[in-house]
Amino acid sequence: MIYHPAILSLLTASTIISMMVLFAGWKGLLILRCWDLKSGSELQLQMERSTYLVSTILAYILFFHLISLFLYIFTADDLHSMFVGAMCAAGSLNANRFGYPVLMLKIVTCICAGVWLIINHADSQGYDYPLIKPKYAFLLVLVPLIIGETSLQFLYFAGLKPQVITSCCGSLFSAGAGTLSSDLAALPRVPMEAALVAVLAITCLGGILFLKTGKGGYFFAAASTLLFFIAMAALVSFISIYVYELPTHHCPFCILHREYGYVGYPLYAALLGAGIAGMGAGALMPARQQASMANVVPGIQRKLVATSVALYLLFGLVTAYLIATSALKF
Amino acid sequence: MALYTLVIFVLASLIFFVHAIKRESTTILREAPEMVVQRQLAGRHELIPIDYIEKIRSIRGVDKVEARLWGYYYDPVFGANFTVMVPETKQLAPGRIILGRGVARTQRISTGDMVTFRGATKASLLMTVQEVLDYQSELVTSDLVLVSRSDFQELFNLPQGHATDLAVTVANPDELATIAAKIADRLPDTRPILRSEILRTYESLFDWRGGMMTVILFSAILSFVIFAWDKASGLSADERREIGILKSIGWETSDVLLLKFWEGMAVSLTAFLLGTNLAYGHVFFFSAPLFEPALKGWSVLYPEFRLEPAIDFLQLAILFFLSVFPYTAATILPSWMAATVDPDAAMRT
Repeated sequence: MIYHPAILSLLTASTIISMMVLFAGWKGLLILRCWDLKSGSELQLQMERSTYLVSTILAYILFFHLISLFLYIFTADDLHSMFVGAMCAAGSLNANRFGYPVLMLKIVTCICAGVWLIINHADSQGYDYPLIKPKYAFLLVLVPLIIGETSLQFLYFAGLKPQVITSCCGSLFSAGAGTLSSDLAALPRVPMEAALVAVLAITCLGGILFLKTGKGGYFFAAASTLLFFIAMAALVSFISIYVYELPTHHCPFCILHREYGYVGYPLYAALLGAGIAGMGAGALMPARQQASMANVVPGIQRKLVATSVALYLLFGLVTAYLIATSALKF
Repeated sequence: MALYTLVIFVLASLIFFVHAIKRESTTILREAPEMVVQRQLAGRHELIPIDYIEKIRSIRGVDKVEARLWGYYYDPVFGANFTVMVPETKQLAPGRIILGRGVARTQRISTGDMVTFRGATKASLLMTVQEVLDYQSELVTSDLVLVSRSDFQELFNLPQGHATDLAVTVANPDELATIAAKIADRLPDTRPILRSEILRTYESLFDWRGGMMTVILFSAILSFVIFAWDKASGLSADERREIGILKSIGWETSDVLLLKFWEGMAVSLTAFLLGTNLAYGHVFFFSAPLFEPALKGWSVLYPEFRLEPAIDFLQLAILFFLSVFPYTAATILPSWMAATVDPDAAMRT
C-alpha cells in the first residue's frame, strides 16, 4: 500500500460514494416493495419525499464519479515512476490484476449513473411517477457495481508493491501479447477506420431520421452503443498512433498528457457524453407507451439524440483533424 | 465558512508542499549520473579501486566511467556535517576551496577568507575561499565544500588508487538495466545504483510523508464533516420560516433542494478558492513555515530555499475530494430534511 494523498482521497471518495449509494439502494428497495400511489399512508408520503433525496444523491454521485474516473487515471499516471518498467498509467494499472477491472467498472458505473439520471429526469416530468419501478430496479443494479468497484479499488491500491516489474504501455498495447488490450491494438487499421466512419455515419443518419420522423429510437440507441465501443477500440487501435506519430505506440492514456495538448480529454468527454445520451434515449423508448409520458418523452429523446449526434460528430471531427495534421502518413 | 477555509488551507498547503518538493528533487536528480557503482564490504559502502574503471569500461555499451571523490566532514565547532567533494567539471588549485552558502553562513566567512579543516592525520589544512556558491542551487549545495583532489586525499588520508564511487554513463539509456546486471555479475563486490531507483525512492518517501500527514489530518477532516452536518441539520427558526414561506408560495421540494445546492456550491467554492490561494502564498512565498519541520527533516545546515510554484489538476482534484466532497456529502441529508418540511409546520414554529 502506498500512502499517496491521491490514493487516500480516492479511497475516501469511493467509500463515501458507496455509503451514499447503499443508502439510496435501501430507499429504492423500500419503494420497489411498498410503492402504491393510490395510498395516502404515512409510509407512501415518506417514500414520495425520499425520491427527491435519492435523485439528489445520484446526481452528486455521477458528478463525483466522473471526476474520480479522471483522478483515478491521473493517480495511476502519477504512480508510474514507482514501478520498474511502467512509463504511464498503462503500466501502473497493470501492476496487479485489479487495475484494469476497476477502470472498466468506473466507466460502466459512470454510464449507468448517467442513464439513471436521464430516466429520473423523464420520470419527474410525469405527474404520476410513471417510471418509478424500472428506475429503482435499475438503481439496485447500480448498487453492487459501485460497491464492487470500491472494493476492487481498495484491493488494487492495497496490492501495489513498488518493486513489481510491470509492463510499460509500449509492450502492453503492442500487437501480439495476447491480452484484451493487445487484441485491441492488433485490430487492423484500415478496416477499423472504415468501421468507425461507417458506424459514425449510420448513427448520425439514424439520429437525423429520429429527429425528423420520431422513429427508429431503438435503432439509434443500438447504433450509438456500438459506436461507443468501436470508438473506444479505435482510440487504441489507430487514433493513438496518429497522435503519437509512432506506428507501434497504442497507449490510450498518454494522449491525456501535456505533450499531446491534452487532446484525450475532449475525445473521452465527447465519447462518454455521447454514449450516455445515446443509451439514455434508448432507455426512454418504453416510456413512450405510458399515458402520462407520451407528451414529454419525445421532446427529451430529441434533445438526447441531438446531443449524442453532436458529440459523436465532435469526436469524429477531432479525430479527423488529428489524422490530417499528424506527421504519420501511411 | 472560516473553518472550511482553514481546513482547505491546511490540506492544500500540505499537498502543494509535497508536490513542489517532489518536483524539486526530480529536477535535481535529473543531473545526477545515470548509474553509480559502489563497492561493498561486509554489506557496507567501501572505497572502490581505480582499476575497476577499466573493467567497467570494457563492457559493451558503456560510454564513460568517472571516479568520484566525496565524503563527509564533521565540524566539531559548529556541530555540523559538510559534504566534501572533488568537483568533476571545475579545476581547483590545491589550497583553494569553494563553499556552499550554508557552510559560509555558519562559519561566517566569505570569498577571500581563510578557513581551517582538521585533517585525518591531525595536521590542519589552511585553505582560501575562492567562491561561495549562488543562491539558486542552495537546496543541493548548502552544505557543500569543494576541494582539489590532493587536498581531499590529505584531508581524509585516503589510500592512493581509490575513489569513493564510480559514475557510469551509458550510450543507450535502454541498456542501463542490462549493463547494471553485467557489472554486478563481473564485479560481485559492487552495487550498481540507477538514477531511476533513487528517483523512485525519493518519490515514495515524500508521498509517504504526505500520506502520513493526510492520515493525521483525517481526524480534522472528520470533525469538520461532523461540524458541517450538525450545522446543516440545525436549521435556525428564521431559515425554517423562510423555507416554509417559499413552499407555501408554490416552491417545490426540488426547487428548495436546488436552492440548497447553490448555497452549498457558493460556500464550497468560496472556501476552496480562499483556502487554495492562502495555501499558495503560504507554500510558495513563505516556504510553508507550518509544515517544514515535519516534511523536510532537519539539520544544522538546513538550506534556505523558496519552492518553485507547481500545481496541476491532480493536486486540485485531490484537495477537492478530501474537502469539498465530504462537506457536500454531509449536507445532502440535512438539506433534504429541510426541504421536505411541511410549510404550515415550518411557519408555525
